[in-house]
Formats: sequence, C-alpha cells, structure tokens
Amino acid sequence: MRRRFGCFVKDRGTDREWAGTGQDKGGSVGRMRSLGSLVVMGIAAALLTVGCGGSSGGGGGGGEAETVKVVSDLPLQGANRAQSTTMVNAIRMAIEERNGKAGGVNISYESLDDATAQAGSWDPSKCAENAQSVAQDEEVVGWIGPFNSGCAAVEIPILNEAGLGMISPANTYIGLTKPSPDKTEPEKYYPTGERNYARVIVADDEQGQAGALLMQDEGVKTVYILDDRETYGQGLADQVEKSAKELGIEVVGRQGIDGSASNYRSLMSRVAQANPDAVYFGGIIDNNAGQLVKDKVGAGMPNDDVLFIGPDGIFVNTFLSQGGDAAEGAYITFGGLPESKLTPAGKEFVKKYEQTHDDQVQPYTAYAYEAANVMLDAIAKAAKESGGAPDREAVLKQILATNNYHGVLGTWSFDDDGDTSLTELSVQKVENGKFVYQRTIDAGDM
Amino acid sequence: MEAGEANKSRSAELIEGIRSSSWQSRIAVALVAVLVVLLVMQAAQDPGQFVDQLLIGLTNGAILALVALGYTLVYGIIELINFAHGDNFMIGSFVGLTVLSGTFAGLSLFGAITDDSGTFLKVIGVVLALFVAMAACGLINVGIERVAYKPLRNSPRLAVLITAIGMSFILQNVGLIWKGPAQVPFPQLISDDRVFGPGSILFRWNDLFVVGVTVPLLIALTYFIQRTKQGKAMRAVAQDKEAASMMGINVNLTISITFLLGGILAGASGVMYGLFNGITVFNVGFTQGLYAFTAAVLGGIGNLSGAVVGGLLIGTIGAMSDQYIGTRWTAIVIFAVLILVLVFRPRGLLGDRSAVQGGGE
Repeated sequence: MRRRFGCFVKDRGTDREWAGTGQDKGGSVGRMRSLGSLVVMGIAAALLTVGCGGSSGGGGGGGEAETVKVVSDLPLQGANRAQSTTMVNAIRMAIEERNGKAGGVNISYESLDDATAQAGSWDPSKCAENAQSVAQDEEVVGWIGPFNSGCAAVEIPILNEAGLGMISPANTYIGLTKPSPDKTEPEKYYPTGERNYARVIVADDEQGQAGALLMQDEGVKTVYILDDRETYGQGLADQVEKSAKELGIEVVGRQGIDGSASNYRSLMSRVAQANPDAVYFGGIIDNNAGQLVKDKVGAGMPNDDVLFIGPDGIFVNTFLSQGGDAAEGAYITFGGLPESKLTPAGKEFVKKYEQTHDDQVQPYTAYAYEAANVMLDAIAKAAKESGGAPDREAVLKQILATNNYHGVLGTWSFDDDGDTSLTELSVQKVENGKFVYQRTIDAGDM
Repeated sequence: MEAGEANKSRSAELIEGIRSSSWQSRIAVALVAVLVVLLVMQAAQDPGQFVDQLLIGLTNGAILALVALGYTLVYGIIELINFAHGDNFMIGSFVGLTVLSGTFAGLSLFGAITDDSGTFLKVIGVVLALFVAMAACGLINVGIERVAYKPLRNSPRLAVLITAIGMSFILQNVGLIWKGPAQVPFPQLISDDRVFGPGSILFRWNDLFVVGVTVPLLIALTYFIQRTKQGKAMRAVAQDKEAASMMGINVNLTISITFLLGGILAGASGVMYGLFNGITVFNVGFTQGLYAFTAAVLGGIGNLSGAVVGGLLIGTIGAMSDQYIGTRWTAIVIFAVLILVLVFRPRGLLGDRSAVQGGGE
C-alpha cells in the first residue's frame, strides 16, 4: 500500500522540508491568505530541487593542496536518528583526527540523508536520488554507508556504474555480497561485473545462525518468525528460519508485518494460538518494533515464557523507550560487539567520543568510525601512489585490498566478497531498561 | 405504512439493481459471499478464537470510525475532503501526551501522570487529556477553516483540496518539531487486564474505554445533528447554502461549527489512539487517516452512519485477515474489499447521501 502511494509520499516529503522552514519563519509569514500560493511555490521549489539535485558540487577550499570529497549516506530522520547522528559525528571525528587530510590531500565531507520525514524512515527514492547526484560529482571518491540494506540494494548498482567505492558500516543483508536464496544475487547489484562494495559488519547468514544458536541454548523448541517485509528484515528472517530448521527448532509460523499499522493485537493473538517458545522479529526499529513487543506481551506472552528475539535493527535505545516494560527480557543479536566489549583501541574511541560529544555512543557508532578510517587510509594510499588527488578507481582498489587492518574493531581484512573477516557476534538482553551484554558467539566455530 | 412502502420500494430497487448489474459486480458479490461463508466455517471450528479477533477488530475499528466521522462530516457540508483531519488527529494524541506529562513549553504545571499514579489521578488525567485535546483540536480545525478554506470557498474545488493537503503538511511538521521523528510512548493508564476476569473473553479495560468514549460521542453527535437548532441549520446548509442563508441561517458560523465538531472528534480519537495502543508518532495522521478516509468512502462519504459502519468493517476485516489469511495480505484484503464494494455500490455501502442532508435515512 505504501508502494502504491509512493509517488505521492515522495512529493509530500520534499514539500515538507520546505514547509518546515516556513514554520520557522512563521511569524513573518503572517498573512495566511497566501497559503495556497505558498503551497504551489513549495511544489515548484521541490521540483527545482529534484531537477538541480546533481549540480551542487562541493567546490571551494582548494588553494595549493588538492581536495577530494567523501560522502556518507545515513537515515537522519525517523526512529534511528539518534544512532545515525552519532555515526556522522564519528566520521567527522575520524577526519578531524587527521586534520582533514589523507596522504597530503584535503578531505571534504558531506553527510547525506537517505530518509524522508514522510516515511519516518529510509526512502528508496531518496536513496536513488542521493546515489545519482553523487555519481555525477567527479570530486567524490568515497561513499560511507548506507545504513539500511534495502537502501544499499538501490544504491550499489548506480554507484557501481559510476565506479565509486562504498564501505557500509551497517548493512547485513547477505545477498548484497554473497549468494542468497535469490539466485540473481549478488550479481544483479554489480552491472559492471566489478565489485565496488565492502562492509565492516558481519553479514546475516551468521547473525541468523547466532539467533538460532541462542534459541537452542535457551531450550526453545518452537519459534514464530516475523519480519518487516524489507530487504534486510525479510532476508534475515529467512536466514533464521533456515538455521533454526537445521538445529531442529520447529518454525510454527511466518508473517510479514506492516510497519505503519496501529497495533498488532490480532496478529499476536494468532501467534499465541500457535503456542511458540519464542517469537523472532527480523526488522528495524522504524517499523514499529516497540508496538510489536508491547502487543506480544499484551497477548499473554510475557518475555520470560515466550522469548522475544530481535536483530541489530532494533539494537537502539529507542527500542527501550518505546517498548517500556514490555521490552524487559527481550534478546537482541548484533553482528558485532557492543562498545563495552570492543578492543582497547575501540574503548579508547568510545571514551574520546563521549568526552567530546553530548550524546552517547550507540552500537553502530564505532562501525561508522572504522568505515571512515578504512576509507581515509585507502585514499591516503591511493594518493601516495598517484602522487596527487586520487581518482575513484585508485581508491576503490585500495578499499578492496584492505588487509590485516588494525582498527577499533580488531585486526581484520576484507575477503573477496568485500565482507569482513571478523566473526564475533554478540547477544544482549534487556535488563532494568538497559541492554546488557550476555555473551559472544563466534561464527567461526559454527 | 410509510416504512413498509419504503422497504418495498427498497427491495424493488435492489432487484432492479441486480437485474441491471454487470457481470463484474455479480462476480464481486459472489466473491464476498464465498468469503463470508469461509469465515463462518472458520468461526464454527473455533468460536473462541473468532470472538477474540472480532473484538480486536471492532475496537480497532471504533477508533477508525471516530476519525472517519470527521472526514465525512466536513464532506457532508462543504464537499471538501479535509486532508488535514488525519493530522489534526495526530496533534490530538500529542496534546493528550503533553497534558499527561504535565509540562508544556518548559513550564512544569503539575507532576507527570504515569503508570504508577493512583487510580484517581489516572482517571483525572485521562479525562483532562481528552477534554484538552478535544478543545485544542476543535479550535485548530476552526482556525484552519478560517484561514485556509474560507477564502477559497468559491474557487475551484481542486484549489481547496490542494490547500487541505498543504495544511496537512504544516500540521505534520508541527508534530515533527514538537515530538521528534520517532514513535513516542504513552503512559499506560488503563489496565490491560480482562474485564470479566482472566481466561474470559478478550475484552480488556482498554477496550471498554474505547467503547465508553466512542458510543457517547456518537450519541451526542447524532442528537446534536438531529435534534438541535444548530443541527438543523447544518442540515440546511448541506442541502443548499444559498437558500439557507436566505432563510437567515448564518452559513459561516454553521460551517465553523461543523469544523469544530470534526476537530473535537479528532482530538478524542487521538487521545484514545495513544492510550489504547501505547505509542504514537508524527505521521500517524497519514497512515491512520488513509484507512479512516477509506472507511468513510466504504460506508458512503458524507453519510455519518456509513462512516461508523465503514470503520468497524475495516477494523474487523483487518483482524480477520490477520487471523485467517496472513498479516502480509491485510492491506491488500482491505482495499480489495473496498474495490469490490465500490464496483457494486459506487456510492459506498450506505450511499453517499449525506446524513446531514437527509438524516441518514
């Protein structure tokens, strides 16, 4: 349904940004009679923005040293905003620590937003728009992001043809780099046949296994699997289903939820009839995960009796405030380690971040910092090789060649698929309104 | 006598309707019949389950119906689809939330009313939140009509429609700035326990609250439109604005009062939505507004009883689809039913003859 109104939704989104500034100047607008014409102007402005999207180059700076540009693409609106903001801060921090230079070349940075306020979450058309405008901007040599796998599925093909190297701190959908149940993946994302994408987080085949292993450890015999019908959520739920079956856990049901539904009471009533030992939700916080867990508990399935297990997509503090008491006892798997279990270098980063910023480090903050550092090192190496501002091709080559990298996540390499060689995943549980680290699962042992 | 004749002409009309109906519409009716039979069969297998889902669907539908009434009320009078209504509903839930938090614009007026407050305080909180939200949304709706719709009353209808969409953006932005982009939790003031003790049918205090707010509001609204002088004026304006003004009816005032009523309903349903679901978000007006608007069209836009029937029907269909078909398909099922109904009855289930105009037959 959301799809059906996609075009409409997008128009409203762009118009809103305009309307937002209108609000700020509310006092001077005064004469409300002209509202009709203001709306028309807003639409015209929105059209102009779309039309001229590509032409806004970074420019400026210059002087003697050459400048290259790095962009990040994260959802800066919606329930994930708090986390995305820390990620942008972490990228800025990485650049500032090098005094804005990599290998003698000046780095300029721009943070793009792939979410619309209308959707309250990432928006495929915004993702495509960002990728297309950056593809035309020759100055850009590196792309950090996106956050959501569904967004990556839209952006990778566009940036692949532009030859731009991408490092994602957060995409875990398996089909982006490796074969998945969909036979056309991952080839369909790389029209040129060359890879241009890498990620610093462990993919969902391993997170799915971790979820299933967790259920086995907790003595779960039957599980009801839900997903949010997005690339990431559905792909992950598929992996959990596969791994659960392999471990002899019976999957008693599978449903996809509508992230904008008012509540999930009738769904949860149906789930309760199936009498599962656990409910797994593959999805992101933006798709109403708080309401889902509330209605699960409300339907007579407290988290002690019927486990609630979710992935990294709901590993944000927002989940705690939205779910309230109902979130208590929920398990969360994460394709990495929380900040308290990072390497000494990682802990150093967390300490420094929290000294210099007002907000708290979130699970993906360190991953964004790592992605930024890998990108900057790749630019530095490429710059040394070419003896000046490197082009996209040189940077891309250096990104994919990242080997034995000593970063905040440990020492690791990108494999041929662009996946990290790290294999550690973690499990947390909500206790007293906080995510409490439970244990580490090493996918290498599985 | 009169009623008998009306029935007779009605059944004759129905037969005439079937005779003149196209093949598509006959297929549509057959499909609906098959669906109903399947549903009854399922219900017979496990009545408890069916009743649970029916109750869930009806309470969800009651909230939708209240929002749908706001759309249909305004449409009945000035034939405008007030797109800002859904967003006014969202503002209503935010106002309610703010009242319960006891803090407005940095001023702490009283302590926040939370899950742990005493029963008396909770009741006061709920009543206060409802009344403040109803007042605020009523005034906002009147204000919107004054600044955005009234100056355009004689311009082409599309102009007003676009203005309504514009107002919708503005309200959404207000909500976005006010409470931020993420879903915000409501305190749980009304118990989730079942009214008739544990193990009984799935009817919670929360559901009772929805019924307890919706039904009196519906009765009050019907009374106002059918029995008061101002209601008569509304019906007159709906029939013919010019003639009404010649009879000495203040058309502007009457339209303002209609918007006031619509806003009051939006405010009440907004607070109810928040307390019932426990979460609200700035774009809830768009998503829920879409379903509410669908409910109004399904029942016959402009028809007050139609909006209630449409709302309850959509809620029930949603719950049944969740139970017997799959959540994945719920939105499709709802809109498929809408299409089927409109194919057979283009003016909605109860007809779009406005209740305000003709008294809902």
